[in-house]
Amino acid sequence: MIAPGTAQGVRTGRARAATEVGFRLNVGQRAKQLLYDAAGVAVAAVMLFPIYWMVATAFKPGRDILSLTPKWIPAPFTLENFTDAISRPYFLEDVKNSVIVVAVMLVLGLTVAFLAAVGTARFGFKGRTAFLVMIIGVQMVPLNALIIPLYLMLDRAGQTDALPGVIAIYLAVVLPFMIWTLRGFVANIPVELEESAMIDGCSRVGSFFRITFPLVGPGLVATAIFGFIQAWNEYIVAYVLLSSPNNQTLTIWLASFTTNHGPQWGPLMAGATLTGVPVVAFFLVLQRYLAGGLTAGAVKG
Amino acid sequence: MGLAITAPDLESAPRRPGRFRANLLPYALISPSVAVIAGILAFPLGMLVWLSLQHYGLRELIAHAGDWVGAGNYLRILADPLFHQVILRTLLFTLVCVALTVSLSTLIALLLLKVRQAVRIIVMSALVFVWTTPVIVSVDIWQWMFDYEFGVINYLLTQLHVGNFIHHNWFDDPIQGWSVFVVIVVWGAIPFVTITLFAGLLQVPSDVVDAAHVDGAGAWQRFWFVTAPMLKPIFLIVTCLSTIWDFGVFTQIYVMLNARPSADYYTIAIYAYRESFGVTQYGLGAAIAVVLVLVLVVVTFFYVRETVKVAEIA
Repeated sequence: MIAPGTAQGVRTGRARAATEVGFRLNVGQRAKQLLYDAAGVAVAAVMLFPIYWMVATAFKPGRDILSLTPKWIPAPFTLENFTDAISRPYFLEDVKNSVIVVAVMLVLGLTVAFLAAVGTARFGFKGRTAFLVMIIGVQMVPLNALIIPLYLMLDRAGQTDALPGVIAIYLAVVLPFMIWTLRGFVANIPVELEESAMIDGCSRVGSFFRITFPLVGPGLVATAIFGFIQAWNEYIVAYVLLSSPNNQTLTIWLASFTTNHGPQWGPLMAGATLTGVPVVAFFLVLQRYLAGGLTAGAVKG
Repeated sequence: MGLAITAPDLESAPRRPGRFRANLLPYALISPSVAVIAGILAFPLGMLVWLSLQHYGLRELIAHAGDWVGAGNYLRILADPLFHQVILRTLLFTLVCVALTVSLSTLIALLLLKVRQAVRIIVMSALVFVWTTPVIVSVDIWQWMFDYEFGVINYLLTQLHVGNFIHHNWFDDPIQGWSVFVVIVVWGAIPFVTITLFAGLLQVPSDVVDAAHVDGAGAWQRFWFVTAPMLKPIFLIVTCLSTIWDFGVFTQIYVMLNARPSADYYTIAIYAYRESFGVTQYGLGAAIAVVLVLVLVVVTFFYVRETVKVAEIA
């Protein structure tokens, strides 16, 4: 093999490519690579186009949106649609509600799931198998089927038009996945790491919080991203339960645009962009912590 | 997270049984989870079955007590031709969506192995963008793109001489309307499945595939006889999850049709919703929802069994 990146390697490579067989092979490989890359770019373009179209529409003035020949690029460019969307009633209330729902759900969910993950990954006990089977099993029940009894339960408790009910339902929906994922992360951390900390004079609780907890970080981030996306994007439960506009979440606020007589596409696309941005931002901020391999090589011999 | 699902760490046996002399501690640790799942998933599931055996309308809702009708609701929906149609339609829709999602995602995941690093990053970013897009947002986008008057899709199809799509309404003809929904659902489902499959493909040892190559296996044979069997658990997971999601499809259709879908566009979930919250027949709606759960239990039974087997916790 040619050592890549060294001057020697490059020279040898060129020399080889110059021979006729090598040259033809190289051209064939290059053409193939180009074909693959082109296909990849095409896939990305097709997948991204709807999102591009949303953002482009959001920045277009009204007359460019309602034109029989679409304008591919938003020029001239305007922020009118965004100011229109933001000034619609209940925008701020509903943003606040969405943030509360997601934040409370994540804090509760990660805590509860982490405890269960430690319980099942670090201890053997009677009923552990049953618990894990239940965790897998409940993920098979579609939320749509449970809305009727959940609505009736909350109705009886007088909690249909309030956030706690919604938070509790989201919590239950994401919890099984969170437990299952975190359990994998906890089980992957060698007990020996905790033990060596204890030999070095750390208490058991201390070693857990100083050693294990930080190492589960990527797992917590992964489950947090999952939970954030689920809760922020959820529609049906919020739609059925939250009836007054100042109690609703952002997805319901956005859906209320479409039921008007003839949607106003500009403000609607601006509102859609605003609804989608926090999820992408949350993902981008946290994804660098996803990198695993922190424990690689920590145990040797 | 795709990555998280592909790597359920299956080393479940406790490392040192009895190492921590804990009798009640593990139970204390799992008890909050058990409480949440029992109270918010298991109890409502039981209540759903109980509701489906009652006449439970608006009057019963106010009185907090239903009228016991036994199998009455089930007999009623089984005799309802619309219900049969809705079940078959939902099954067919699920089959088409899952088949398209899994096959397209497999192709994209295999393509990701071949492209250069820069292109891979571009494709991955595109997938993440789509994956994080809320369903409601995507429905709004597609509604705008398929708009009969100013929609970009009608314009493009007309320009490409596929036909005259000027002022074409996609939802007049249910077959065309359902094709639109297949596009929306598959587009939204591809990122998760692709990222999960790609993470799985990275774990397939390349020397095994190379060995098959040396032994004369073609590209298709290498995929079908070497790579695919190794990815079987991941295929099981994504197929099963896609089935659950697509079979319960509600939001895309309901919102796209402005909360007033005609009977041609009912899925089981929409039908159950209409019966319970539209005409306040909660008992009837519950019976339909029970059928939804039962069909899914049958379909996903094999998946759960395989997962439990693989996890060695049974």
